Amino acid sequence: VSSQAVASPVATSTRRPARATRGISLVEGWFRFHAAVVYVFLFLPILLVVVLSFNGTNRSVTDWQGFSLKWYQAAIDSDQVQRALWNSLTIALANALLATTFGTMAALGLQRVRPRLRIAFDALTYISVIIPEIVIALATLVLFRLVQDTANPVLASIGGFKIGLGHWSIVAAHVLFNTSLVLLLVRARLAGMDRTYVEASYDLYATPWRTFRQITFPQLLPAIVAGFLLAFTFSFDDYVITQFVSGPGSQTLPLFVFGQTRQGVTPLVNAVAAMMLLITLAVLLFGQAALGWNARRSGSRGQVAGVAGIVAENAGGG
Amino acid sequence: MTTATAPAGARRGRGRGRALTGLLLLPAGAWYLGLLVVPILIVIVYSFGVRAPDGGYAPAFTLDNYGLVLSRPQPFLTSLGLALAGTALCLLVAYPLAYFIATRGGKRKGLYLVLLIIPFWTSFLIRTISWLVILGPRGLSGFIETITGNDTQLLGTPVAILIGIVYNYLPLMVFPLYVTLERLDRTLLEASKDLYAGRWRTFRQVTLPITWPGLITGSILVFIPLMGEYVIPAILGNGKVFLIGNVLSLDFLASRNWPAGSAKAVGLIAIMLVSVTFYVWITNRGRRDRDVSVL
Repeated sequence: VSSQAVASPVATSTRRPARATRGISLVEGWFRFHAAVVYVFLFLPILLVVVLSFNGTNRSVTDWQGFSLKWYQAAIDSDQVQRALWNSLTIALANALLATTFGTMAALGLQRVRPRLRIAFDALTYISVIIPEIVIALATLVLFRLVQDTANPVLASIGGFKIGLGHWSIVAAHVLFNTSLVLLLVRARLAGMDRTYVEASYDLYATPWRTFRQITFPQLLPAIVAGFLLAFTFSFDDYVITQFVSGPGSQTLPLFVFGQTRQGVTPLVNAVAAMMLLITLAVLLFGQAALGWNARRSGSRGQVAGVAGIVAENAGGG
Repeated sequence: MTTATAPAGARRGRGRGRALTGLLLLPAGAWYLGLLVVPILIVIVYSFGVRAPDGGYAPAFTLDNYGLVLSRPQPFLTSLGLALAGTALCLLVAYPLAYFIATRGGKRKGLYLVLLIIPFWTSFLIRTISWLVILGPRGLSGFIETITGNDTQLLGTPVAILIGIVYNYLPLMVFPLYVTLERLDRTLLEASKDLYAGRWRTFRQVTLPITWPGLITGSILVFIPLMGEYVIPAILGNGKVFLIGNVLSLDFLASRNWPAGSAKAVGLIAIMLVSVTFYVWITNRGRRDRDVSVL
């Protein structure tokens, strides 16, 4: 996030006539008020979930019966929650590892191809990012079923086993969207990179591999880390795609939470939800810390590119 | 590539370089082909088929599935209406906020952006569920009921869905607007002022045209996913507000009428393609270079 000081536009208007000044301060006040309201609007619901998860009630969520950790205890003791948590974590991790690898590789590869191929690749990248999630969900479901129906008779005759939907299908479907995400992040970073270092490295007779390892990769690292964390979080929180392509043994936390809310919001749901919030925010903080640590270690003088900053800039496009 | 500055090592085998490029692009390319292009082609083929007796797809060639989409367009119209209203609402809320952060943010700009990212980073599902309690009979609905004395049920109404939409999609609108507003050349505003233009006129004739690209990008980023929105109506709609997303979920997961669902999915993809084409056209209008960027 750019932190350069911006000349305050208010300062230039101090010599305006009184009437205009009053008009301006009214507008200024309204701007501030609007921003405050929006931020309250953004945070209040999440805070409410967290607060209500500590409710010691046995009945309605809103019926406050004093502070208690019993719903956390209930959530941790529940076999279903434990399994869902484990599934969510393993799926998210596998997805993040694959998507980060594939996305980074593709971003590097795209630098080296003809414009026509790059445009085709870009089109697919943008489509996979912008297409409504439910289309990806149903299309991959249809594909996986087709693969199953074609392969299972063959597999049954040769090995006596069959494939069904499960962890693998969720990971495969998540990787599509997340590869594109990582690709866009890493490529934006590549575009903004200073080529002189790479050229200097070549001038010093470094091999391409060594140049990549010592020059390119460290410069790309913030984008790669941001992409990894984004992919992990997306997968960990995803409901739509997961619901379509999950199998009998692969219930994740979002599926569990959604299923529970069909019978109304319970304090148990709030406790699980609060744990999910905690995990995703911990991931964000961890990434931020890792990037800060990396920047200090490599002694880069530039501003620390935070995960949030990278995400914000790229969501903004350019 | 700056092959000119690369020494012999980098220049040696052209074939090896090409193999490496292919290898780098292989996994992502395979995923795009296998999990995006092929599945969508299958959906298109299925949309002309019929439902197998036990659900799924049976080969056939019929246009009945599309006929059904046209004869019962209600979910599409509801989705379109809510997506347009949701995008407009997001814009109304996001523009002043983005303007505030970009021009009044000062040193706290980064903080303001991070505060937007944090809720956006958390689970979409949980963000939506959090409104169940707030809008429910013991929340806002009950509150309005006590004040007005009228029976009020916000959940299951388009109002609840719109609140959920603005809540979840707002950052997607703020970021692109912020980026264009941040780049806004302040001297233009000064010039406008010096020419005795009022605030409103300056906004309409200077600020708005300059931030147009961000406005369009944000609107597309919000509108397209909104057309396929599924979680918000499923949770806050109480089964009363039906969007395409919900109908697709029913077709594919409940009644397992894949061909009928596929036709609706193709309709949704068509809407997306029209929006994107419109977007590319409008952003490249007046800009004569062929630099096409979708995001």
